[in-house]
Amino acid sequence: MSHLLEIKNLQVAFPTHDGLVRAVSEVGFTLDRGELVAIVGESGSGKTVTSLSVMSLHNRRTAQISGQILVQTPGGIIDVVTAEEPVVRALRGKTVAMIFQDPMSSLHPYYTISNQLGEAYLIHNKASKKEANARAIEMLDLVGIPEPAKRAKDYPHQFSGGMRQRVMIAMALINNPDILIADEPTTALDVTVQAQILELLRKLQKEFSMGILLITHDLGVVAGIADRVNVMYAGRIVESGVVDEIYYRPLAPYTMALLASIPSIAAKGAGQLPAIPGQPPSMISQAPGCSFQPRCALTHLVPNGLCLRVMPDLTEDEPGHFARCHLDLATRTRAASEARANRIAGGRA
Amino acid sequence: MTGYVVRRLIFTAVILLLASAAVYAIFALLPFDPAALTCGKNCRPNLIEANRIRLGYDKPVYLQYWYFLKGIFVGRAYGIGSAAFVCAAPSFGYSFRQNQCVTSLLTQALPVTISLAVGALIIWLVVGVGLGIIAARFKGRWPDTLSSVFVLVGTSLPTFVTGLMLLVYVKIKWSLIPFSLRDYVSIFESPFGFLKIFILPWITLAIASAAIYTRLTRASVLETLGEDYIRTARAKGLSEKVVLRKHTLRAALAPLATIAGLDFAALLGGAIVTETIFNLPGLGRMAIQAVVDYDLPIVVATVFLAAGIVVVMNLIVDLLYAVIDPRVRVA
Repeated sequence: MSHLLEIKNLQVAFPTHDGLVRAVSEVGFTLDRGELVAIVGESGSGKTVTSLSVMSLHNRRTAQISGQILVQTPGGIIDVVTAEEPVVRALRGKTVAMIFQDPMSSLHPYYTISNQLGEAYLIHNKASKKEANARAIEMLDLVGIPEPAKRAKDYPHQFSGGMRQRVMIAMALINNPDILIADEPTTALDVTVQAQILELLRKLQKEFSMGILLITHDLGVVAGIADRVNVMYAGRIVESGVVDEIYYRPLAPYTMALLASIPSIAAKGAGQLPAIPGQPPSMISQAPGCSFQPRCALTHLVPNGLCLRVMPDLTEDEPGHFARCHLDLATRTRAASEARANRIAGGRA
Repeated sequence: MTGYVVRRLIFTAVILLLASAAVYAIFALLPFDPAALTCGKNCRPNLIEANRIRLGYDKPVYLQYWYFLKGIFVGRAYGIGSAAFVCAAPSFGYSFRQNQCVTSLLTQALPVTISLAVGALIIWLVVGVGLGIIAARFKGRWPDTLSSVFVLVGTSLPTFVTGLMLLVYVKIKWSLIPFSLRDYVSIFESPFGFLKIFILPWITLAIASAAIYTRLTRASVLETLGEDYIRTARAKGLSEKVVLRKHTLRAALAPLATIAGLDFAALLGGAIVTETIFNLPGLGRMAIQAVVDYDLPIVVATVFLAAGIVVVMNLIVDLLYAVIDPRVRVA
């Protein structure tokens, strides 16, 4: 059985004046129908570059992309990396749809909502403007816009942020896509609105039986709704697995550090929140070793300075649970459970 | 909306009042006697005094200004008895140098300037915006480089250089365009004659502005192409052509409409250099001649007209912007 989306050994690089920026390296994962896969990582870790690659929205002339991005379509499997522009265009908005981080700026300020939604429908369907408009109103109703027929005639600036994100979702889903990429869909929204939008996504996923690829830096969001998680650091996946495994038994030192830096209600006292020291590495001149090594708390446990010399492979340390680390599994598991105990006790205050 | 327009029109009237008053004040302060200028070399004191009374220069300045304002609405009569004559409303006074009512001089000059301005505007918008879009579309490739050469040349050449070069080479040395017997022909009278007169002045005016508009358009299109909603448009599966035409251009060209409106207004006030080089009897040449001649009524009238055009054009541009961008529409 083939997957809805299968990415194999994706590399994305952009030439700049300062040199080649290797934004994404050796990224691979799959997405199946009805599944919600999250990509988590800090800014610049390659999450968005990966998602834009799936839509082939990078500048095709300048971006250097290799590997495979296999998308299942009714007409067979298409490799987005090598496919011609018209083929990819037929895919965009139809098989793979996307919603973006900032709903304030992602809608065109000069056109009405019904115009923008209708346009998305008309590209991929032979329909009249009237039918497209009716479909737009139907979608607005589905995503919970009150008085959809009336609001469809409004312009984006007449909507609130949360409502605009609903409009974006309506637009993305208007052609019943199989894959929805949600690139930080809640980052620009209030916390209460965030919850509503996530709930809406979950609900619609069931209705449309889509696979959702959720890009986020918010571990709280991931814990709530994801099935599987890929943790990215410096353009590479450093850990990948089922959401509970990642949260309760993280195997990559980076994931452990990330989880340790989540504010905890249990941790009492006015202590400092633990942060990962240092900065993410430059994506231009990458050192040969593990890219997380300079900030890693466990690197001193690895003998012979292996971390400095060799980038560890992504290995299946436990069934279905992959991590990228030289350290032996037992030591890592112990470190993870200690960190977790500390977190719960609020010991690192 | 109506209230907004009314407010803006009142504002226009105030601006015109201030502008004309300022010109009046400047001329009142100048150390010369307007009545003495009415009769040239053969002036005798009694003739000067007679003209002074006839043209109202014996009155205090504020009264002269008042008569000027009144004349705009009700017309103005000069002299008494058989020597009397009337400049009908809207009267902007009487030019003693040209021995004509200023309004009739304006109605002769205005079509020339309008023809010049409209033609130049069309050329510079087509060339400037067109090149700008191409440059943005092919950023960093040869069409972009070529357009930046044009921008450099166009912005560095002042109109008195391009105008004279075109005149000397195209018209005189190479005789590509035959000389016209008249200095102005209406487009309705003879389209070909019209073109013959105006093509070089248009190009002269258009080159400099087109260069600036190329740069403005390129920057604006590139900025818009980087907007999130353009990425959204691409993500829908739209072709690059539709993304550029429907989604990019409207947003990118909106700010240009404002600038174009104001530039056009400035041009309607008279293109002094171009009109002088090509001997076009337009507002600019009329104004500069009037300044040289101390012909106060014409100077006041041209300032009044130019200011009026700029302010009204400003209003039109603002209203137009609301049509283009729904966000600025008044609720």
